[in-house]
Parts: sequence; structure tokens; C-alpha cells
Amino acid sequence: MIICPMNETPPTPSAPDLAVEQLSIRYGKHTAVHEVTWHVEPGQIAAVIGPSGCGKSSFLTSLNRLTDLVPRCEVTGHIRVGELDVRAPQTDVIHLRRQVGMIFQRPNPFPTSVFHNLALPLREHGMRDKREIESLAESTLRDVGLWEEVKDRLHRSALLLSGGQQQRLCLARALVLRPAVLLLDEPCSALDPLSAGVVEELIGRLKRCYTIVIVTHNLAQAQRLADQVALFWTTEQGGQLIEQGPAESLFAAPQHELTAAYLAGRVG
Amino acid sequence: MPPRSIRWKSRAFDAAILVAPVIVSGFFLWLLADLLFQGSVYFWPSDSSAIQLSAIVDMLQHIVMFLTAEPEKAGREGGVGPILVSTGLILAVCMSVALPLGLGTAMLLSEFVSEASRFGRAVRRSLDILAGVPSIVFGLFGNAFFCQWLGLQFSILAGGLTLACMVLPLLVRAAEEGFRAVPQSQRHTAAALGFSRSSLVLRIILPQAAPGILAGLILGIGRALAETAALIFTSGYVDRMPQSLLDSGRAISVHIYDLSMNVPGGNSPAYASALVLVVLLVVLNFAAWWLVSRFLPRRSLS
Repeated sequence: MIICPMNETPPTPSAPDLAVEQLSIRYGKHTAVHEVTWHVEPGQIAAVIGPSGCGKSSFLTSLNRLTDLVPRCEVTGHIRVGELDVRAPQTDVIHLRRQVGMIFQRPNPFPTSVFHNLALPLREHGMRDKREIESLAESTLRDVGLWEEVKDRLHRSALLLSGGQQQRLCLARALVLRPAVLLLDEPCSALDPLSAGVVEELIGRLKRCYTIVIVTHNLAQAQRLADQVALFWTTEQGGQLIEQGPAESLFAAPQHELTAAYLAGRVG
Repeated sequence: MPPRSIRWKSRAFDAAILVAPVIVSGFFLWLLADLLFQGSVYFWPSDSSAIQLSAIVDMLQHIVMFLTAEPEKAGREGGVGPILVSTGLILAVCMSVALPLGLGTAMLLSEFVSEASRFGRAVRRSLDILAGVPSIVFGLFGNAFFCQWLGLQFSILAGGLTLACMVLPLLVRAAEEGFRAVPQSQRHTAAALGFSRSSLVLRIILPQAAPGILAGLILGIGRALAETAALIFTSGYVDRMPQSLLDSGRAISVHIYDLSMNVPGGNSPAYASALVLVVLLVVLNFAAWWLVSRFLPRRSLS
């Protein structure tokens, strides 16, 4: 996978598409996600919106099989990332997670230096050459616009950075492994408005180089960023996808009455 | 202004809260002062009453002699050299067995077994029982198992292994708490970055759990150094310089016990040895802190 040099024209898009069929997620007896089918085009930003507790985050974590870590969590259905069958038994989950990076709601850098936050995953995936690690770390920090801010304190604790800087560091930590898909779980919601703006703008620039699935509460953000949108809603069966489509048409002319009510702020 | 009765109640409460720590730290300071005074009286040259340079030099020489020389006349004269060596060896045996076993068990309990599982609960319960067993029972067990059944006789090895059984529960519980204190989000993040389970535990969790492990280690060292009952029956009380781990060796707390209980006129050297023991504990605590802060990635949050 080649990273998009974000200051130059993007190379031929190499991002994969993402297909989900009849996906259901259950925690014990509770159904979090019920029979979701969705297709995300390569190199697009797909936003998942909906009220709290409608299964958005569960849906997202099933895409890189982080649901494996949750006891009593049961996933059924098909997930495909490019050529990779995510849930197939022969699929190497470490290879999958290297392809599919993830950013969480709260910035969570490792409590070590800025540099080690990028070096640890690289070493984990077999890179030993110190020079190579340093140059990759630098270029990735430049990509997320953090280099100028941290170049003098690479070896100081990452926890001394501001919330927005920490979140961009987390993004860099995911990008340094050269993934093809990015999963973003409300990446701006724990940040102040200014930092949120910076992170959002950064996500917008990553489009076309990566296929991005973003969960967000912020409808305006979904409208600004997304090419495709899916609305999740809690029904009697559990969280369901009740409407999906290109962002423009979904926001302009929602088909489902719940979507219209939700977008207008009348429910949810 | 609140009514008078309420003001008085609140003042009485504040005073009561202050009294407890004052009493506790008062006892500690008294003990320390007594130890320092009696200990240094032992080292202070008897023919000099005023503070002079020559007297200080004499005292330093006496301290060095005390730390290196063999005990004479059952410890009334001479020093504690062989006893310090035996103590160090017993402690080394104890920690080199207990630390890997304890860390491994703690790792298993916190990272690989769910908190509510029957196996985890059984292990935890048995460790708690083990932690509450009186040390004399450990001594008898160590004597029966290590000294006789395994044929180690009275030896430093047997003493160290018995101590390891004793400090294991302390180490495991403290280390497990340390592991559990690492936020779940760190595990998810590392997994999402494609870390394998082993490197998640070794590279991400272990460094962050270090303060907890260190606390357990210091508790364990403290308990091991202070132990008498378990060692009398296992490492014995021979006060010669040990030639190997299979020789009997007298630990410093056993030495203090012997001097103060069995040797007429042994009080003064007992105080001096106790002072050495306390200084040793303080030095080991600081060394452990230094090691951790030196060799683990720096944390800014604490």
C-alpha cells in the first residue's frame, strides 16, 4: 500500500471497496446490529449516523474484528474488504488489522514518547532499521500536519500534547502502517471546536487514498465530509440500517420518514 | 455563620482526623530515632565524649569493620559481614524465583483469564489464603519440603525458596492490580494496530503496569528482609561466610533475633544490626525506584 503524499496529486486510487452483507452482531441475548447490508465504494468517505445506542460503533468494530475481543459477542454475516474475506477462518486477523486502521473517540496515545508511538507499531510489524523508522515517522507526522508542532519534542511524552494534537498523533500512528481502510469512531467529538476543525479537515484530505468509514453524531460534519451516508436506527430487532445512499440526495431528499424526522431534529 | 454547636462539631471532627496521623507518624519517628540513637551509640568510640574529627573517623572505621568482619563471641563483638552476604543471597534466590513466577501468574490472571472465571477465582482465593498463613507455618513447610524431602538440608537455597513461597501472593496481587489499572482502551488500540497478544502484553501493558509491579516488589523485599520465623528452620543460623548456596547462612533478622533473645549483652550489637537492616531497606527501595524510572519509557501522568 502506498500512502497518498497529501501535498501532491494523488496517485491512482488503490483503496479497496467494502461490502457488508446480512451482518448481525449480538452480545449475549441483546442484538446490537440486525442484518445490515451496505456497500462502500473505493476511496470514498462513508458516514454512519444515527442516535446513541443504535449499533453504529458495534458495526464499525466488527469491520476490523475488534469484536473478537468482546466476551460473548457473536457476529454473523459477510464482510469483505477488497479481496479479503474478513470473517473467514483462514484470514489472519493481524494482517486484516494492518489493512484496516482505526481511530477511537478519545485520543489514546500510548503513554510514551511521541516518536515511540509511531515506532512501536512499525517495530511490531517487523521494521528494524532505525533510519527507516525515523524517516517514516517524520513523513507521516508531516502528512497529519503535526511535524512542525512536535519536531522539537519527539522524545517527550505524547500525553503532554493537546487533545487535538493527540488525536492527530493517533491518526499518524494508524497511517504509519500504510492501511487501505480507515475506521473512525466519532474522531472529533471529544475535541474542542478548533481542534475538531483541524482533524476534520485532515480527514477530508485523506479521501480517495483511503476508503473511510466514519461514525459521527455531528450531522453537519457528515454533510461536509461524506460521499455516502447510512442511517442506523434502533428497531424491535435491534440496530438496523434504515436508509443509505449518496450524501447529497440523502440529506436533500430523505426517503424514509424517520430519516427526514432525524435530519430535521424532530427525533433521536 | 453556622450555629455554634455545628462549628464545634466540625472543629472536633477536624481535630480527630488530625490526631490519627500524628499518632502513627509519631510512633514511626520514635522508633526511627531510638534506632538511630542506640545504633550510633554502638559505633561511637567509648573513650570520646565530645564531637571531634578523630572520633568521627573512628566511628566510620568502626562501621566499615562492622559491615565486613565476621561475628565474634556470638555476635557481641566483630561484625555482620557473612550475615549480610547470606541475607543478600537468600534475597536473590527468593526474588529470582518469585518474580518470574509472580509476573507470569499476574499476567495470566489479568490478560488471559476472564475476571469471573472459575479458574481465576480459584487461583486468586488460594493466593489470598497463602498470604494469610503465619510465617512459622511456612518455616515448617519449608523445612519438611525443601530441607528434608528435597534433601537441601539447612541451606540458603532452601531459605530463599521458602521465602519465595511467602512473597509470591504479595507479588501476584500487586502486579495483577498493576495490569488491571491499564485502561481497556490501550488494549483495543494495540489490537487495532495489529499487535499480537504477546507483544500487546509485553510492549504495551507491562511498561504501564510497572508501578504496580514495583510496589509489589518493594513489599516483597520488605517482607523477605524482615522474616525470621520461616528462615530459622530453613536457612539456619550458621554465622560463617557461606561458600555456596547449599551452605547454611544466617539472615540479618535472624541475627537480630538471636542477639536480643539468646545472647547476654547482645542488645547493643542488635541495635546496630537493626540500623543496618533499616538502611538496607531504604537503599533497596530507592534502587528499585531508580531502576524503573531509568529503564522504562517515561510517563508524564502519574
